[in-house]
Amino acid sequence: MTENETSQGTFEAAGQSGDGFVIRRARREDIAAVAALDEQVSGVAKDAYLSELFESYQTRRAEQRFFYVAEDSGEEHRILGFAIGEIRAWEFGSTPCGWVFALSVEPGVREEGVGEALLRHMSDGFRRAGVRKLRTMVRHRNHLLLSFFRSEGLKAGPYLQLEKELR
Amino acid sequence: MKLQTASRLALYAVLELAGHPERQISAGEISRKYGISAHHLAKVLHALGRAGHVRAVRGASGGYVYAGNAKRTTLRDIIELFESLDDRHGPGEPGAETPVGEALDEVLGETNAIIGATFNSITLATILKQIAAAAPDIDAGTGQPDAR
Repeated sequence: MTENETSQGTFEAAGQSGDGFVIRRARREDIAAVAALDEQVSGVAKDAYLSELFESYQTRRAEQRFFYVAEDSGEEHRILGFAIGEIRAWEFGSTPCGWVFALSVEPGVREEGVGEALLRHMSDGFRRAGVRKLRTMVRHRNHLLLSFFRSEGLKAGPYLQLEKELR
Repeated sequence: MKLQTASRLALYAVLELAGHPERQISAGEISRKYGISAHHLAKVLHALGRAGHVRAVRGASGGYVYAGNAKRTTLRDIIELFESLDDRHGPGEPGAETPVGEALDEVLGETNAIIGATFNSITLATILKQIAAAAPDIDAGTGQPDAR
């Protein structure tokens, strides 16, 4: 892929087929498409959650909260992927770090740099806000997402996630 | 945890070959570079060949070439040719049916799940990318400063 950074600071990658995409901040009108993509990938509908999350990201700590979408540069302007994350501090004794809560790419356009571009924008946002650590959490069985984050240089961190059923 | 010798040799061999897909590399060259038994390596290469990860090239300048897909092959795929990553007590093992046996089995299950997920999440391509990023000025083949 060739890469050109636009004057607006968005990142545009042109694939060999001539199709491209742009990474930008999510807008309110994107949320339905984001929710549809999320349900397609996760199998769970979370429309209300995503809508509420987006709205909360507009009102508080906006400079530390990031909701990006990858938009098809073609006529349809389809949402090809999204990433959500924010900077959290002192939870679990952790110094401020950037958490990636969600990252999804439409199955039909995987391995075309969309995920990498979304993560890169998230990382740039975290750096601008002054943090130097990025974290995420992935289910053991989500081999695809685990492999993606590993390929982007993430490694196991110093925490173990523990849980119990509340009966 | 410690990998069995065969698994370790297999990872050395397949990463060496996948890191140089354009080259034929002999078993002798790999055994000298990694300081490992050529005899043991030959058996491991045979197993890797049967699984389709490498291919022997016949002829006077023969050796092996990488024959797999580094982006799709995980460390687990290689390791499990030689050992199981799910070794834990099961029914029939002495003590397994006792409360202590069952509690230990649960803990081993936790650790195995983490180990399995870790090896299953790292492809050969990812390891090679990490190696290249860690030593960009070193030729991965010779271990010497890159002449370019």
